[in-house]
Formats: sequence, C-alpha cells, structure tokens
Amino acid sequence: MKEAAMKFDIEKIRADFPVLTRKVHGKDLVFLDSAASSQKPKQVVEAISNYYLYEHANIHRGVHLLSQEATSKYEDARKKVASFINAKNDHECIITKGTTDGINLVASSLGEHCVNEGDEVIISHMEHHSNLVPWQMLCERKKAKLKVIPITDDGELDLEEYEKLLSEKTKIVSVVHVSNTLGTINPVEEMIEKAHDVGAYFVVDGAQAVPHIPVDVQQLNCDFYAFSLHKMYGPTGIGILYGKESIMNAMPPYQGGGDMINKVTLEKTTYNDLPHKFEAGTPNIAGGIGMGATIDYINEIDWKAAHEFEAEVMDYAHKKLSEIEDLRFIGTAEKKTGAISFLVGQIHPYDMGVLLDQLGIAVRTGHHCTQPILERYNIPGTVRASFGIYSTKQEVDQLVQGVERAKRMLG
Amino acid sequence: MSKTINELQDEVIEDFSLFDDWMDKYEQIIEFGKELEPLEEDKKVEENLVKGCQSRVWLIPEDENGVLRFKADSDALISKGIIGLLLKILSGHKAEEISSAELYALDEIGLKEHLSPNRANGLANMVKKIKMYALAHQAKD
Repeated sequence: MKEAAMKFDIEKIRADFPVLTRKVHGKDLVFLDSAASSQKPKQVVEAISNYYLYEHANIHRGVHLLSQEATSKYEDARKKVASFINAKNDHECIITKGTTDGINLVASSLGEHCVNEGDEVIISHMEHHSNLVPWQMLCERKKAKLKVIPITDDGELDLEEYEKLLSEKTKIVSVVHVSNTLGTINPVEEMIEKAHDVGAYFVVDGAQAVPHIPVDVQQLNCDFYAFSLHKMYGPTGIGILYGKESIMNAMPPYQGGGDMINKVTLEKTTYNDLPHKFEAGTPNIAGGIGMGATIDYINEIDWKAAHEFEAEVMDYAHKKLSEIEDLRFIGTAEKKTGAISFLVGQIHPYDMGVLLDQLGIAVRTGHHCTQPILERYNIPGTVRASFGIYSTKQEVDQLVQGVERAKRMLG
Repeated sequence: MSKTINELQDEVIEDFSLFDDWMDKYEQIIEFGKELEPLEEDKKVEENLVKGCQSRVWLIPEDENGVLRFKADSDALISKGIIGLLLKILSGHKAEEISSAELYALDEIGLKEHLSPNRANGLANMVKKIKMYALAHQAKD
C-alpha cells in the first residue's frame, strides 16, 4: 500500500458522514452512487445550518453587520474555490447553480459572442446530456454545425478523428474531463492545445473530474471549466464556472437583473464587472457558504491521500467484479476514475438495481443522462457503481456478493 | 366457474404472506412473470408500451367471447413479474369487472408502499393502461 493511502484514516472520514450509518431495507447502507451526488460531511451541513440560524442576511448591498458578514463569507468561499482549482483571479470563478447552469451560460453567452452561421462546435460522443443539449440548441439557433468526436470500443476518445474535425470553422470545443458513465479520464490538456491551434475556445465539463483528480485550470489552459459542488461533498444547487477574464469581459451578459448591473436607466443599462456581470439576482448564499465549508473540509483532510485510497478501492472493485462470470465492463479505458459501469449476461440493469437496493446497496441503473453512449454500445443501460472518499473494499465485497445473489435469482 | 377478481386478489395475498423478506417476494414476482403467455415479437412496438416505466413493458388486450385477456412482456424480469401479477388478477374477466375492480391486493402485499415513487408510477401506469383498455372496450359494446 502506498504511504499516503496508509496514512488515510477511513474510519475518521466515514464518521464525518452520518448517513453512512443508516440501514436500508434492514441492511447496512452501501452507498455506491456518489457520481450522481456525493454524501455531505457534517462540517458542511453545520456551516449551512449555522448560517441560516445565526448569520443570514442578503449579500452585496447591505450596510448592516449581518449583511457584511454574509457577504464576506460568500466572497471568501469564491476565493477558496479559486485557489482550489488554481484560477489566476477570484473573479474568474462565476458562482452558478451547478455544471448544467455553467454550460448553459457559456453556450448562450460565448455562443452569442463567437458562433455564426456555418461555424462549427465540437463535442464528443460521451457527453452528458447537459454538455450536449445546450450546444445543440445553440447550433440550431445560429445555423451552426455540431460535430461529434467518436469513441472507441474501450470508451476512449478517438483523438485522430478529433484532429480531423478541427478546422478554422471550429469556434468552440466542449468535452467532458471524466465520463460519468464510462469513468474515462480524457486527455483534455493536449486536446485544449490542439483546439487553440485553430483558434477555438475550449470548455471542459469537469463535474466528475473535480471530486477525483487534481484540477489546475491554469495548467490545463482551458478557457472554461464547469463543475458542481454536490458531487464533491458540498451542497446541491451550487457550482462554479471558471472562465478566462479576457474572454468573459468580451462576452455579453447571460441573465439580466439585480447585482449584474452598474447603472440602470429606463433607456440603457451598463453592466457590472466580473464576476457579478454573470450573477444576476440574489444568489444561493447558503450554498455559497456551504461551498466554502466544503473547500475547508477538503483542505483539512489529506485530499491526495483520499484520492489514492479511492483509487485503490476502485482497482479492487475492477478486480473483484471481473471475477464474476458473464460480467462485462462498459468502458475499459486505460485511465479511469470515479465510476464503473457493467452488465451481467442478459440481465436488465433495472432488475439488478432493484435487487441490489433490496440488499442495501445503492447503485445507479439506466442511461445516466448519456443516451448516445448506450446507442453506441447498443445496450439498454448499465449498472453503475461509483465511489467517494468514504468508499471501502468491504463495500466492494458486499456489492460483489449482491451481484452474485441477484444473478442467481435473475439468471 | 372461473374465479372472481377478488378471489384472485386473496390468493395473491396468501401467496405473499409466506414471505417476510422482500428478496423472496421478488423471487415470487419473477415467477409471476414466467407464467405470462408469450407476446409475439411484432407486438413489441411503441404503441403498446406502458409509459413511465424504467424498463420497457408492452401490453395488449384480446377479446375472447366477451372476456378481456391481456398479453404482456418486458425486457426486465421484475417489471415482467409485476405486470404478470397484475394480469393474474385482472386478465380473463369482463371489461366492466376489470374497469371497476378495486385493487386492494397491491396495498395488502406492500408492493405499492415498497416501490420508490418512480417505480410506483410505473405500476400505476400499468394499472391505468389495463383499465383504459377495459373502458374503451365497454364503450364499444
């Protein structure tokens, strides 16, 4: 075992997540659905609860103490998350409702700024619907073309095809960093460089990456990077859209309202500076404060050791699951993290999911909002086990026993 | 004389009373699916699908001398079992008996309560589709 993983105190971590002690259908909960949404440590929940009980006031406008305190906590959270992803400036981190919201913002505003009739936008075949539909909508609106990078049988992007798709017509490339269905880690850094060579902007859907691998937006040199806090032990309804300052300054605002303005007359409005230009209306203040507490939590535990521990659990799961007869993995990329999708013989994933639930094991079944992937592999869905910093090898063993038992009933 | 809908419901309740554990109940549900009359492949089309199920469930009615019989299938065994359970109770009766039937067995065996809202919705849609067919059939008479 690696030194860092040895140091990692899994029992201490699990004690931070009270939900893990729950019984489900009379059995110990085995929570393997963190890719859909992770559980929350009590430190984050307490921060939100304290804010509502003792600290609540609207932010950015009040002269009174409560408002000033809430404002500085909210803005501190932005600073913390900016430093967490190594953004050059805090104001390059737009606080959103989540990844979907962030991608819609870019598709709408950057799309308005740079996509015209006949231009091209590139996505991949493994995108979550949230990084597909907004671009389809943009292309329909602008009479632009949506091009799709194919995937190999292993579930990796076909990079040769990607290079062929790139041209001076390409205005935006938007690709998922880690696939929520296949678990594939895509080589976005080299893809970004190639997109920049033809003058295209590069957007990264980082929803499944930020919880599992280190993300440094300056090193990636991406133009935009969107993610959600609720998949990384934070609250729901809050996320970050990182964007380069110069590009975002040139983009038109997304939504109009309070906070995003500089001066309003009945004839004309001038807009506020970044990040407020893209943050109309009273934000999710509690979510923002929860975001700050989430980053504090991550900084407090050994994040690197947690990732190494998680990777070990995932390797173990691959090994143990592969010993089940007739089990096949959907997504066998060389570099994977977070999620393992599989099918057993002809068993419908729904049946497997229902019986595993009965045994206290929470997995996801279905299309995982990636219907084009299912079409690509001609399957009705997958069973997906996904992991978090609190996942253990014992839980993997329980999953394997559960799959064996369900298989006997359904075979 | 064939059994009434309520006699069949009581039989199902008795079958389930043997089990405490839901894994065993599911085993029984899967068995009900196996008892279904097979559905022809060409009937497994969009218009025969029951909406709102996580798996695909097809259902068709057949009129046999004033008695409505249903055929159904699903690509998932548990869904097939649930529709099998419903048809065990509701198939083979007069249309008006089917449309006016009160399905107390589903509550009694705890199935409704046991299913997540998503899946309970699928179950409700199965019942609705069976009753719709029965009502449409009555209207024709």
